Amino acid sequence: MHELSAAQQKYLHMQKRHRRVVCVSRILILFGFLFVWEFTANTGIIDSFIFSCPSQIVLCFRELMVDGIIFHHIGITLYETIVSFLLVILISILMAVLLWTFRYLSEILDPYMVVLNSLPKSALAPLLIVWLGANRTTIIVAGMSVAIFGSILSLYTSFISVDPEKIKLIYTLHGTKFHALTKVVLPASLPAIINIMKVNIGLCLVGVIIGEFLAARSGLGYLIIYSSQVFKMDHLLMSICLLCLMAMLLYALINALEKWYLACQHR
Amino acid sequence: MEKHTDRILELKSIYYSYHNADGETPAITDLSFSVNESEFIAIVGPSGCGKSTLLSLISGLITPEKGLIKINGRSLRESAANIGYMLQHDQLFEWRTIYHNVLLGLEIQHTLSARTREKAHELLDTYGLKQFENSRPSELSGGMRQRAALVRTLILEPDILLLDEPFSALDYQTRLRVGDDIGQILKKEKKTAILVTHDLSEAISLADRIIILTSRPATVHQTVPLIFNLEDDTPLNRRNAQEFKNYFSLIWKELNSDA
Repeated sequence: MHELSAAQQKYLHMQKRHRRVVCVSRILILFGFLFVWEFTANTGIIDSFIFSCPSQIVLCFRELMVDGIIFHHIGITLYETIVSFLLVILISILMAVLLWTFRYLSEILDPYMVVLNSLPKSALAPLLIVWLGANRTTIIVAGMSVAIFGSILSLYTSFISVDPEKIKLIYTLHGTKFHALTKVVLPASLPAIINIMKVNIGLCLVGVIIGEFLAARSGLGYLIIYSSQVFKMDHLLMSICLLCLMAMLLYALINALEKWYLACQHR
Repeated sequence: MEKHTDRILELKSIYYSYHNADGETPAITDLSFSVNESEFIAIVGPSGCGKSTLLSLISGLITPEKGLIKINGRSLRESAANIGYMLQHDQLFEWRTIYHNVLLGLEIQHTLSARTREKAHELLDTYGLKQFENSRPSELSGGMRQRAALVRTLILEPDILLLDEPFSALDYQTRLRVGDDIGQILKKEKKTAILVTHDLSEAISLADRIIILTSRPATVHQTVPLIFNLEDDTPLNRRNAQEFKNYFSLIWKELNSDA
């Protein structure tokens, strides 16, 4: 090992300090927020009936944990989110391949895709209930509807922005359009696919919760709407906290997938 | 009909235009030439004169509007001739190792076998890339990458090799070395090659014959056979030879007389 110069040591030290400041600040904000919330609720500055407080939320979670009902709700929401997420990814890839293969099709469908993409998808949920019934399929479709059009569009954009010279190479090697797809377009778009996964996991969760608001008898979205109606604010805020955790966990999963992919790429 | 047994490629009165909403741009008009077996041809011309279009036509990527391209006496469509094409940039895929980049053409042509895999290893070894077999393209220097691209082309055993300014993306020093390097490889393998370039000295140092094109629409302006009295006829030695300067000024004059 060679000796680090004083300047390099100083630089590394500053870097380390920088990271530590960021990390500590993040933790301080979380605990500061929880503390202020708890304190103001206990001293009566805010009404704990309306605003609840961290200790009540924890107690409420414990209570629901005992009869296992909360895990049922979490499981339902998680299941619906993951199913709609996987379907969105699968369908987007298939559609983007289709649009890339048939240039005509993409040109013809372009205005429809743009309109469907900018439409507020929550407007579709009541329609889906009438068409599909108040069941799990509706919720999964609602979850998909939020993410799918944007995801097809961005994937298609990434497909057509692949270096045309790389595709020319395939043709100079006497390959076909199929080879261009499998040897160039798909591998080159893998980072884009991972990116839309990152965006979509959140969007699918949004869609699923919208669906559960309107058409469910279980799940965290149902729990939120139900507790607001019976004014159980502890339940409501606990469900929101659980949603935060779920969103974080799902995002972390995709991040891990990306890390694994990058590690494979560069060993 | 006259018979030319050693004439591997023949272009007869080729026409090609580009079309867009604003009108038609003729790129090539009435262009004819032929190439003999194991000959190294360099095509030079003013920039944008349709040199790359010409290679795309020969490789069959695009079809001429008029005229005939014959390989070994048969039309391009019928002939089973294998044409290798080296593009301006190496286009190595970052998501594949060097070894798997080299196998790309074999995969596409469904000729991947134990024997061709073995050959890939041999070629990589011959061209000094053995230790980089499992590296990613980004880990290699520009010259090494261009060699890997050459191996990817040569492993398909092309009858004719098309080179579209394959060294232009390299810095000057690397360019001289790689040009010398690849020129010798092709001479040793007795490959028929057509090099398109805007670099006159590159053309003179590598080719057996130079075809000068006119500005767009391109047609053959003049053909200059290159003869060097050298014991060791390498591109680098040519650059130091007396004839080099003469050829350079001759071709330079011809190129500019057209403008």
